[in-house]
Amino acid sequence: MSGTYLGMPAFPAAARAAVRNPTLRGNLRHATHTIRAKRARAVAEVEDWAELREAGKRIKDHTLRHLDTYLERLEESVTAAGGVVHWAADAEEANRIVTSLVRATGETEVVKVKSMATQEIGLNEALEAAGVRAYETDLAELIVQLGDDRPSHILVPAIHRNRGEIRDLFRAEMAAWGRPAPEDLTDGPAELAEAARLHLREKFLRAKVGISGANFMVAETGTLVVVESEGNGRMCLTLPETLISVVGIEKVVPAWRDLEVFLQTLPRSSTAERMNPYTSMWTGTTDGDGPSTFHLVLLDNGRTDTLADEVGRQALRCIRCSACLNVCPVYERAGGHAYGSVYPGPIGAILSPQLRGTGSEIDASLPYASSLCGACYEVCPVAIDIPEVLVHLRERVVQGGPVTRAGNKVVLRPAKGHAAERAAMRAARWAFGRPGALRTGQRLASRTRRFHPRTLPGPGRAWSETRELPPVPPEPFRDWWQRTHGGEAGGK
Amino acid sequence: MRVALFLTCVNDTLYPDTGRAVVKLLTRLGVEVDFPMAQTCCGQAHYNTGYRHEAEPLARHFAGVFGGYEAIVTPSGSCGAMVRELYPRMGERARAEGRGKSLAATLAPVVPKTYELTEFLVDVLGVTDVGAYYPHTVTYHPTCHGLRGLGLGDRPRRLLEAVRGLELVELPGAQECCGFGGTFALKNPDVSAAMGADKVRNAESTGAGVLCAADNSCLMHIGGTMARLRSGMRPVHIAEILASTEEEPLA
Repeated sequence: MSGTYLGMPAFPAAARAAVRNPTLRGNLRHATHTIRAKRARAVAEVEDWAELREAGKRIKDHTLRHLDTYLERLEESVTAAGGVVHWAADAEEANRIVTSLVRATGETEVVKVKSMATQEIGLNEALEAAGVRAYETDLAELIVQLGDDRPSHILVPAIHRNRGEIRDLFRAEMAAWGRPAPEDLTDGPAELAEAARLHLREKFLRAKVGISGANFMVAETGTLVVVESEGNGRMCLTLPETLISVVGIEKVVPAWRDLEVFLQTLPRSSTAERMNPYTSMWTGTTDGDGPSTFHLVLLDNGRTDTLADEVGRQALRCIRCSACLNVCPVYERAGGHAYGSVYPGPIGAILSPQLRGTGSEIDASLPYASSLCGACYEVCPVAIDIPEVLVHLRERVVQGGPVTRAGNKVVLRPAKGHAAERAAMRAARWAFGRPGALRTGQRLASRTRRFHPRTLPGPGRAWSETRELPPVPPEPFRDWWQRTHGGEAGGK
Repeated sequence: MRVALFLTCVNDTLYPDTGRAVVKLLTRLGVEVDFPMAQTCCGQAHYNTGYRHEAEPLARHFAGVFGGYEAIVTPSGSCGAMVRELYPRMGERARAEGRGKSLAATLAPVVPKTYELTEFLVDVLGVTDVGAYYPHTVTYHPTCHGLRGLGLGDRPRRLLEAVRGLELVELPGAQECCGFGGTFALKNPDVSAAMGADKVRNAESTGAGVLCAADNSCLMHIGGTMARLRSGMRPVHIAEILASTEEEPLA
């Protein structure tokens, strides 16, 4: 997989190509509008949705506030159930741990359940470098892998592909990865699914090592939970001899009872289903049933740094439902790749610049990849105020300030490239602090209105390329007011 | 009743007709309107672009100008949401950063007294029929900050439905952002323009001649797109429709 996001251009440049691709826009529009409407219906069925949303938010906030306690409890429970817990501070450490665990089994192939955490750390590439081939078994991840592509959606990683493209990929690439696709494969959904099923079945039956993520980890019992729709997850979680789960530390919940909330809100928010088709839960190991060896790799990779930020930490409540992507008008036009991360859309715009820092061009541009319309906040099942965090991160980009990186407090300098904007904001603030100066400016604009250009230079050019500018009126309101109401109390 | 009109800097400079319409409408309804000449800008563009420290003095200035009034009325969902939603947040942040209680205490009085125009008409004055006449087919676009920030709900629609001669038609995808978003339109021009074009196409599909909203910033973006796409539609602020009467129709 060519899954590197390094050197990504800033969001506006990356989005431009997507906006100008009518097929991609059509695919995205159709897919997001369909799921959006279904989600709204599924949510409307639940009478106590507002309470469930509040409960989910509270459980997550409580857990995050006492994260150290619950992670230690989780480690004890997992160990007591026969599992082995590893702690990984960053992507490199996590990859090193998993690679050495796989090597220790002597195997050169692993099967994978779709996992955001392993995508985030680039595990497949690390395994490949160590001579281990990782097979993605989620249908959409398989499509992405065969296409040497990157995921563009949290839940539907191949949302940017249509059926014709998928058939061509299967025909051209499947043979190199195992069982080839049938010669006469059409783009019918049932035929495509059957080709994938036969291809994957061979992997499930042969694999001795499975790699997963988890949607939730229960501290109380040491239980891990994966929810999915295809059954591939259940195969990967039960058939291999060794199971390695790589999970972000924020996925822990205190008690079994807490699942009651999330197993209602997650499926309805993500796939608009009342209940997801497969919910797999496992607790350590059991003799004669399932994997005999279980490793849990707990991944930090910027999460405790994010936790240190009072406003930004709410991003860690995310349960990866992707409702915010499906409702976002910006995601719908720009597509997932423009966000330069395994986490696209509104949640990606606040998560990536926190996990990775705002040092790169793409990460510094992500907080601006939103019109702040608020639709993402409205649909979020754990009430993450995404617009609030976006504005907070914009402030970090333009003003700098204290942040935590790799556990250390550092003071960021303002990002480059905002000097003209900063000067304009200061000038505007100066004028707005002085009604007289504002009035002089307004009058000047009104008197010179016949000479105003139809197109603007500088940053305004982007506006006038696609939109007409409003004409400046002959008289600003305040002059009219003074002329007509000047003698009254307000005309001071 | 005497209220202060917070017109907003955009309306003051570019859309004085909207200001005149608000004055006409409120006066007709028996409200005494004052326009404090010292008003400037609520600071939203600064705040939302990341310049909170530039926005704070503007918020202070706003509170100084409007603090003494019984009610503050603004024909902008967006600037209304800035005062009601974000001023308290600015105050809290200043306090959390150990900059004393003063900003929070200064801003607190103006927050509950600030009303978006349609909110003021329906909730405070208790009217939905304002005696307007506007014989046109109109579609209504609920702007994001009015819809989700202030929770204006169906107030604007109820006001429009009571206007004589007006036929209100449903806008497909009404709740989707038009793509303006303040500096978003400058920072992400391609995505913003695509959102605007889709909004205009949806509006055109209704067959209405007028697209109405309660925010001139969004209307500037939508109207600018309409003009560029040579659409026959016109953007009109809701205050101008509500101010229009048979004796003095909106031109």
